[in-house]
Amino acid sequence: MEERTIEIRPPGVASKEVPRMMRSQAGGQEPAGIPESNATLGGLFEAIEQDRKFETVVHDSARDDNPVLEIQEFRLWYGEAQALHDVSMICPQGKVTALIGPSGCGKSTLLRCVNRMNDLIDSVRISGDMLLNGQSIYDKGVDVIELRKRIGMVFQKPNPFPMSIFENVVYSLRIDGERDRRVLQEVCEQSLRGAGLWKEVKDRLDSSALALSGGQQQRLCIARAIAAEPDVLLLDEPCSALDPIATGRIEELIEELKGTYSILIVTHNMQQASRASDFTAFMYLGRLVEFGSTEDIFLQPKLKETEDYVTGRFG
Amino acid sequence: MSPVVETRSAPSAPAPRQRSRRRLTRRRTSLFAHGEPMVWLTGGALVIALAMIAGLLLLVLGQGGLTFWPKPLDRFVLEGGVALMGEVTSSEVLEDGGSRQLVRTGNYDLTQVHFTWVEDSNVLERSRPEWGLVLERQSWGRFYGEPRAFLIDGETVAEDPAQVWTRFEQFHPGTRERYEQRKALETHEIGRLNARIESARLAEKSAELDSGADSPQWQRAHERFVRVQEQNESEFDAIREEITQLNAENERYGLVLETADGTRTTLSLADVVRAYPANQLGFADKLGVYLSRWWEFLSDDPREANSEGGVFPAIFGTVVMTLLMSIVVVPFGVLAALYLREYAKQGTIVSMVRIAVNNLAGVPSIAFGVFGLGFFCYIIGASMDELLFEARLPNPTYGKGGLLWAALTLALLTLPVVIVATEEALSAVPNSMREGSYACGATKWQTIRRIVLPRAAPGIMTGMILAIARGAGEVAPLMLVGAVKLAPELPLDGNAPFLHPERSFMHLGFHIFDLGFQSQNSEAAKPMVYTTTLLLIGIVVSLNVLAVLVRGRLRRRFMTAHI
Repeated sequence: MEERTIEIRPPGVASKEVPRMMRSQAGGQEPAGIPESNATLGGLFEAIEQDRKFETVVHDSARDDNPVLEIQEFRLWYGEAQALHDVSMICPQGKVTALIGPSGCGKSTLLRCVNRMNDLIDSVRISGDMLLNGQSIYDKGVDVIELRKRIGMVFQKPNPFPMSIFENVVYSLRIDGERDRRVLQEVCEQSLRGAGLWKEVKDRLDSSALALSGGQQQRLCIARAIAAEPDVLLLDEPCSALDPIATGRIEELIEELKGTYSILIVTHNMQQASRASDFTAFMYLGRLVEFGSTEDIFLQPKLKETEDYVTGRFG
Repeated sequence: MSPVVETRSAPSAPAPRQRSRRRLTRRRTSLFAHGEPMVWLTGGALVIALAMIAGLLLLVLGQGGLTFWPKPLDRFVLEGGVALMGEVTSSEVLEDGGSRQLVRTGNYDLTQVHFTWVEDSNVLERSRPEWGLVLERQSWGRFYGEPRAFLIDGETVAEDPAQVWTRFEQFHPGTRERYEQRKALETHEIGRLNARIESARLAEKSAELDSGADSPQWQRAHERFVRVQEQNESEFDAIREEITQLNAENERYGLVLETADGTRTTLSLADVVRAYPANQLGFADKLGVYLSRWWEFLSDDPREANSEGGVFPAIFGTVVMTLLMSIVVVPFGVLAALYLREYAKQGTIVSMVRIAVNNLAGVPSIAFGVFGLGFFCYIIGASMDELLFEARLPNPTYGKGGLLWAALTLALLTLPVVIVATEEALSAVPNSMREGSYACGATKWQTIRRIVLPRAAPGIMTGMILAIARGAGEVAPLMLVGAVKLAPELPLDGNAPFLHPERSFMHLGFHIFDLGFQSQNSEAAKPMVYTTTLLLIGIVVSLNVLAVLVRGRLRRRFMTAHI
């Protein structure tokens, strides 16, 4: 078995690009309620690569009647290449949900679909839907601008704006036309406290945000994201450009933000996923392979492939 | 163990030594592949470029910087008894081994020449008269002579040169002040009256055009015109009276001078701009004359067909036109670049537009001048005249070259520079910043205004600097669309609406051309060419330095740290 998994490692995983080998159309699948029969498939990755039918394994622990975000049979194409195949999952209210999987498996693409950042790319087509608090994200009548205000996002590389720390944090209020200095100051302090940055920068709110260190910049981006009090916070590998200490700091922060915000995080770091998240989804080549509580995924995965991946034997 | 090691290393050791010796002795790479000549070639190219720039600057700086330094006054007595006095401006060696000197002898009103060649073999006597005076006059250029008498009301009050000089220094400032007063009256006061009567006349003419002659409207306008005319008449008289008084007071003083050949002539004090005994000056006095000439050069109007006096109108015209051009070209260029880079769908058409814009930068500037004249002056300007300034026809208001059309023509000329620089600056803004802004719920325009533009501002400033440098130095198109040899009025004055963009103007670049190639007294104008060039370079450099400082500030604000 182990030899086989090693052989299987697809050539595209090293790059962030969408692997060429993906072909469009995949058989429609029932997303939920699939028993352990998958385990008997024998070579799930092979099945995926050959575009054969397979069924996502969802643990009972990952069912919630009132999720903040629900993804329903979501598919996405970049031009002709299909990057997401029938992804269905949920993000429970006030919890941290982690997306793991090898590079190029569509984690970031999925994340960017939640606040419709992929609209910015001309060649993208989608089908399926996502529901934010029961409302469709992809409905024709949805105002993308309003939607994005309800969903905060933090990127892989810290991207503070070329302005002062203060202006960075209150950016989302500024673009809404808020001018009341007191409101802005209050939001700024709350958000910076929320992001654990207040003590470090309270004396230099007017200095350039670009002068902060990488870790501080990333926490500033988190402060900026939570200033708008979003329903969901999307974190796209927020620690990949940071050193271990800054990473630890961000993880603590995620722990603190949990409960107040529902968080969807993409990570390459298994330890981070196991430490920081409540639920974990394992993706491979645009498919959601297994989804359950973090405990289940890491300790009692139902699929051999998942176990191999989370224990580091693969990927 | 050790013998084993030795036996192992012993046979293998000579082998690499041999190989390395071969590498050292045989050159395996060709000379060109090695690249050594390229270092010299590239370095040499840089050195030649630098040497040319340095040579240009040194020439301009040396010639232009020394123009105003007072020279001593020499008196020559030539064979045949001819006597000359003047400043030696240059000397050259003749083919037969002799030498000759070019002497600026001035006194054009008496001798009809400005300069005289003096062959050294011809000179019987050469001296530096103690009381040789250099007088710069309002008209007729310089006068060289020795003081003989000072007249007040026709009476001689002093005859000794030293006393005459003392009297001169005593009364000269007063007469100059009255002269300036008179000039101010003539230009400002009479200009104001003229503007008033002109507007009344235009009102009458418009009434005639709108409602026909003898209509009630015309009657009213006509009455008003007559009233203004009468009122002006009395004010004119008062001003004329004042001017006559000032003139009469100035006429009282006269300076009698004797030229080298013994002619005596009387100069009015008011006509003398500056005078100094050239051979008595110490370093401080020379410096004083030097600085005073520079000040006059920078702040005064030109005299003597531009070959003397100042270039203030030209400085003013250059700066105002360049600023006007920047005000027009920067917003337009930035907007165009924003559309090309941020909104337009990148494809064949956009690429073609981009190529066209780049090629526009290569169009000869005179072509822009022709376009400016044909389109701005003769089409837009003429239409504006017909619609708005009908009363002034057939005299064109906007239908001729002017400050506005020159600025617009140069704006067109520099537009590609701004567009290209702005596009580069925009594409250098990291996409992660745009995404961050979109993710915060910003619209495209909010993202552009709050994130992209500030971040691109230093690059846009670079484009503006390049545009200014190009625009301020351009002459050819200006000759067609408004730059003139001598503008009667500045484009900015005290009469409403204060800025007159339709007026023609003077420009330093055109001034240089005019001095160097159109001047009758080219020998006297030559040093002024260098001085004006120095000034033009100075202005362009200082405009650039200003823009660079602003850019530096922006850069510190928006682009610190590692992003």
